[in-house]
Amino acid sequence: MRHEISILIIGLLAVLTTASIVAAILSARAPKPLSSTLVNLTQRINAWWVMVVLITVAFFFGRDGMTILFALISFAALREFVTLTHTSRSDHWVLLGMFGIIIPFQYWLVWTAWYGLFVIFIPVYCFLLMPAITALHGDTERFLERIAAQQWAVMISVYCVSHVPALLTLNVPGFEGRNLLLIAFLIIVVQGSDVLQYIFGKLFGKHRFSPNVSPSKTWEGLIGGLVSASLLGALLSFVTPFSQLQAAAVAFVACSMGFLGGLVASAIKRDQGVKDWGHLIEGHGGMMDRTDSLVFAAPVFFHIVRYFWTV
Amino acid sequence: MSKLSLTTFTLLQTVTSVGLSALAWVVTGVRPIWNGSLPSDRQRIYFANHTSHGDFILLSACLSEKERAVTHAVAAGEYWGKSRLRRFIAEDMLSSVLINRQWTRPEENPIEIMLSVLDQGHSLILFPEGTRNMTEEPLLAFRSGLYNLSMAQPEVELIPCWIENMSRVLPKGQFLPVPLLCRVVFGAPVAVAPGEERRAFLERAHATLLALNPRPERDD
Repeated sequence: MRHEISILIIGLLAVLTTASIVAAILSARAPKPLSSTLVNLTQRINAWWVMVVLITVAFFFGRDGMTILFALISFAALREFVTLTHTSRSDHWVLLGMFGIIIPFQYWLVWTAWYGLFVIFIPVYCFLLMPAITALHGDTERFLERIAAQQWAVMISVYCVSHVPALLTLNVPGFEGRNLLLIAFLIIVVQGSDVLQYIFGKLFGKHRFSPNVSPSKTWEGLIGGLVSASLLGALLSFVTPFSQLQAAAVAFVACSMGFLGGLVASAIKRDQGVKDWGHLIEGHGGMMDRTDSLVFAAPVFFHIVRYFWTV
Repeated sequence: MSKLSLTTFTLLQTVTSVGLSALAWVVTGVRPIWNGSLPSDRQRIYFANHTSHGDFILLSACLSEKERAVTHAVAAGEYWGKSRLRRFIAEDMLSSVLINRQWTRPEENPIEIMLSVLDQGHSLILFPEGTRNMTEEPLLAFRSGLYNLSMAQPEVELIPCWIENMSRVLPKGQFLPVPLLCRVVFGAPVAVAPGEERRAFLERAHATLLALNPRPERDD
């Protein structure tokens, strides 16, 4: 596994270094003061450096590192989600439980590889108990809206995100001890697809995909991003249990889900009247702005691998 | 506030202030929005909306370590002066200035106490509503302290600060905070105009602070 990890890290460093150099040259040549697009590009690349370093560090701590990293990502994402939605004073204990009980318990289930409870804890038990607690408080104003938002918040920011470290619990024959590479594959193709869609959209974007939801998404960006991300997946098949063709197909499905995740996240933001989920990552907005695609891709990728590749 | 803590920012206070700012960041990811003023060493009175005990922690977390050392929150003596423990927390750990809203003796005059802090070149955090706002109103009417202080010390800048979401993080009667994102919007300084009446100034300062709320339609 060392060999594959070294190649991935060298590849990422090469891409980021190239990006930083290109951004520096563009900034040096551009008229001053710099356009907001260029400033934002530089901020985004710098944030990518930080994110890649963080993920790499967590990578070296294996299952512990990954579980803790994604629990923290869930915390940041849940905080952004709840901040945006309507809450009432009587929701206080349910909200505290989301942060203090649901996140730790769900990631403990990941860490102990208790698959049976991991898949139903939030969609069954939290789904039923959270509105019950809310009802017991007796505050019925905007009740359905409040419990629906709570449900969505934990499904998106905890349940879906926890499927990324849960990849470590899968038992793929002939791939033992190398599951961290599945996480690397998923993150690189999905986040790569986001970047590639952004680049193709900026270069060739003409026809808007859904002007009402997200004015920045174009057909050209979508097709260019998905095709190139699938090729990237095929290129990376050497770190996976997949053949080249399978890797391209899995990457295509994951990135398509990622695109839909971005679309849904945009629709929620538009509905709530904000541009970004938060302000955690300079140039990117909040945690959810960066992970919306991963959130949708992770459970589907997890179940594809589990259904077709595990015993 | 004890005489000692005014002149020397003790180790205890440094540890407390760094710890609380870190806690504020972990829970609320607090971020200052400088919308009309900028961070500065100038002597200032930061005046803010007040819904929670955590308000001044959030506001001071937005200041630099250097400014925080010379910025004192004004707190209610009726509450924080009640027991020795509370007084220790308020005065020795948080270096707040305690004032009594119902005062009788001249040395208890709140304006005089606050002016004595300003006289040393220090800054204040003031909640001009005078109490925590537990109503549906976004902002209660201001008491006159802000006007009196500005008349006595016109060169001190009055900076309006809107603290977002804190009533949701720590609602009335709760002591465990829910992690929610908070921002503190710092607006342009307000000053008493020549010949401006007390009531007119207070209403103008009130409106200025209210206008800073970045999401007025949904402060719930």
